[in-house]
Amino acid sequence: MQIFKSANYDFVRWRWHALALSLVVILAGAATIWTRGLSLGVDFAGGTIVIVKFQQETPVERVRAAVSTLPNGVGNDAVVQNYGNPGEHMVLVRVAQTAAQSTGNLSQDADAVVAALNQANIGPLEVVGREIVGPVVGQQLKRQGMLATVFALAGILAYIALRFQFSFAVGAVAATLHDLLVTLAFLAFFRYDMTLNVIAGILTITGYSVNDTIVVFDRVRENLRSMRRDNLSHIVNVAVNQTLGRTVITAGTTLLSVLALYLFGGDVLEGFAFTMLVGIISGTYSTVFIAAAIAILWQGRKPIKGQVAAASPETRKPGRRRAS
Amino acid sequence: MAAYKDLRWKTLTILAVVVIFAAVGVYPIVAQRFGLPAPSWLMAKQLQLGLDLKGGVHLVMRVNRDDALRISTEGVGEQLREALRTAGVSVGVINVTSPTTFRVEGVPQDRDAEFRRIAEEQTATNYERSSGVGGAYEFTMRPNIARSLREQTMVQAHDTIDRRVNELGVTEPNIATHGDDGDQLLVQLPGISDVARAKDIIQSTALLELKLVEGGPADTRENLLAPHGGQVPPDMEVVSGAADPSTGEAGTRFFLVRKVAAVNGSDLRSASVGLDENSQPAVMFSLKPDGARKFGQVTGSNLGRSLAIVLDDRVQSYPRIDGRITSEGRISGGFTQQEAGDLALKLRSGALPASMTYLEERVVGPTLGADSIRSGVTAALAGLALVVVFMVVFYRLSGINAIVAMIINLIILLGMMAYFGATMTLPGIAGFILTMGMGVDSNVLIFERIKEELAANRGARAAVAASFDRVFWTLFDTHVASLIAAAFLFQFGTGPIRGFATTLFVGLISNLFTSIFVSRTLFEFILSRRPANAQTVSI
Repeated sequence: MQIFKSANYDFVRWRWHALALSLVVILAGAATIWTRGLSLGVDFAGGTIVIVKFQQETPVERVRAAVSTLPNGVGNDAVVQNYGNPGEHMVLVRVAQTAAQSTGNLSQDADAVVAALNQANIGPLEVVGREIVGPVVGQQLKRQGMLATVFALAGILAYIALRFQFSFAVGAVAATLHDLLVTLAFLAFFRYDMTLNVIAGILTITGYSVNDTIVVFDRVRENLRSMRRDNLSHIVNVAVNQTLGRTVITAGTTLLSVLALYLFGGDVLEGFAFTMLVGIISGTYSTVFIAAAIAILWQGRKPIKGQVAAASPETRKPGRRRAS
Repeated sequence: MAAYKDLRWKTLTILAVVVIFAAVGVYPIVAQRFGLPAPSWLMAKQLQLGLDLKGGVHLVMRVNRDDALRISTEGVGEQLREALRTAGVSVGVINVTSPTTFRVEGVPQDRDAEFRRIAEEQTATNYERSSGVGGAYEFTMRPNIARSLREQTMVQAHDTIDRRVNELGVTEPNIATHGDDGDQLLVQLPGISDVARAKDIIQSTALLELKLVEGGPADTRENLLAPHGGQVPPDMEVVSGAADPSTGEAGTRFFLVRKVAAVNGSDLRSASVGLDENSQPAVMFSLKPDGARKFGQVTGSNLGRSLAIVLDDRVQSYPRIDGRITSEGRISGGFTQQEAGDLALKLRSGALPASMTYLEERVVGPTLGADSIRSGVTAALAGLALVVVFMVVFYRLSGINAIVAMIINLIILLGMMAYFGATMTLPGIAGFILTMGMGVDSNVLIFERIKEELAANRGARAAVAASFDRVFWTLFDTHVASLIAAAFLFQFGTGPIRGFATTLFVGLISNLFTSIFVSRTLFEFILSRRPANAQTVSI
């Protein structure tokens, strides 16, 4: 079976449209974050802990369902944990800080949680404790996380520059940043909270994006040998077409499993699954439209090293095929 | 073809790898579930689940922030005393009356103006001075300074505990400030086996000071102070010895030491476990350049005297200074290997700015909630099933090849994680999902390439060989780039980022093995049973 029989779409022709579209999405995302702020989950913002004791065994999902009815998205990313020994029937609920709380009314969120639990009719309960809790992700973790990401991207940049062309490295890193920003934009559009799970999702799509882009660039590198007289735009376009089947199949299979997680994974994993969903679509799009476009822009009219003389040992064999 | 002669060895290699990793990673899980016999060393290496997946211990502790304020007030009082002495102004006593106040009494009438000037210089930025009546002044820490010092103490305590817990090898703890007054810390640790040890490591202050010995050791305080007329000289203090390891009794010996430490914990660069001259476990430390300079000065000008190594206000040992020492030092004191290791860990992670009191200790369930984990597992299995079905429908027999590679990948990853004693958390699983995705991608790349090569009609064997040879470099580049990223994330990241990086790193390596070696061997195995000039494979 083959999805594309000798695909020959002119992707590179659309590069300005693609860059403009991405820019619009990213700017809209930035504007949304600027005006409304990224909503932060309890991991990042801190909030309130309420510990309740039920008279009989009460599953955490019923507590979570009750808490998720809270207005203003308080209950969206509530952390609900069993607390103490199983026989004690205690549950710990951690909800994010809301506007009401930050203006100084400390007990309001705790009251709201207790009211919601009472209303949900899941059995008689007593409040064992309520406390203010700070963010789990502190300044240090944030700083180190950013630093780690910057170093990781710099490492990728250096490796691709070494193995391919510098312009390719710029394209790949730009595409990865693009996916990161687009994902953040969509998280802001749909008001998903930043949680540790979402961070895990963002890390994953970053890795996915890099992998996806290198596969295409690898094909470009191969074509550079066999298509010495063609210009870079054409070579890139051929490579994108040659790898199109693989790009679509890989993106498709990954999307399938992430979609299953999004639909059936439950409330807690929804943010993670949404991040992955957006990230994979954006990653595939940026591989086809953004990475190569940036690489071509960066390269400009400069000659490409390696197009005439083969650069690395494994590319020394003569090309076997001229595609399209 | 040469490749087909090695087939037996390749197959055996793959089988051996699968058996070994399955024994380490999969068998303990199965054995525990169904109560099968398994050696204890194997069970000890089992894969652990993190706080988000399995829950753990919930600790609430109060940080006694007044300790930090008192230390600061004492320091300023000491500084003032020193400045007054240099200026030749003798005063009666300088007493710390509360964490934020100290009192100076007996300022001579005729030196009052000079005292005020010196006090202004030394304390005005942080302390308010009450007007002196009868030569007595009270200095009170300014409220805004006290507030920011309290906040700073919490941040420091938080970061120190974070470092200690991480060094303990506990993966992805939750640490947050707690309580309406903001003076408590909430620490949730994943299900660790030795809670008492973890609590001890979190709690100990680990304040290290190296001070010159001026007198002692003596059996009683009175004997120690006899040469000084029963009074503690102003710039010295009495410190008791550490618990005698043989009797376990604390403070049976007393030392008179300089109040100002020659070197303290903040001058440390690193600390590790080593052996002392009697081959007993000891803690070796090295100093930062600044501390080394100070240390060299003190040791150089005090040859033959003793230097007390004071840990949390107890003299651990008091070696004689035999020569000028600069950057290296050793703390011995009858430690066991684990005690020495724990002390080194505490010293490396820095001293706590204040003491702590445990308020609460509870068992807690997974932060993701048992329900979410259940639905997450179901959804993940459904997703995996969809991928499997797609691969078989789209690539037929070759699709099964990809699934075999995926399963071997899973076994290797579980085995490696168990071997390293890693803890699995959601970010870890995310790293794993990424490698599974890349694994499928690797196979798709190979299969699509084989299709292209088959179209050239040079026979199935040649097509498979050419495809793997070419795709090898594609996979090499994608995997090495990701490995570099994973290494940086591991090195510079903490908590969840580190968890992600760990599984990604392990997964990428096992993925390279399965997609290049296993998958190729499977193809060759199938082709070896068909005529050498076969033109097609099921793809």
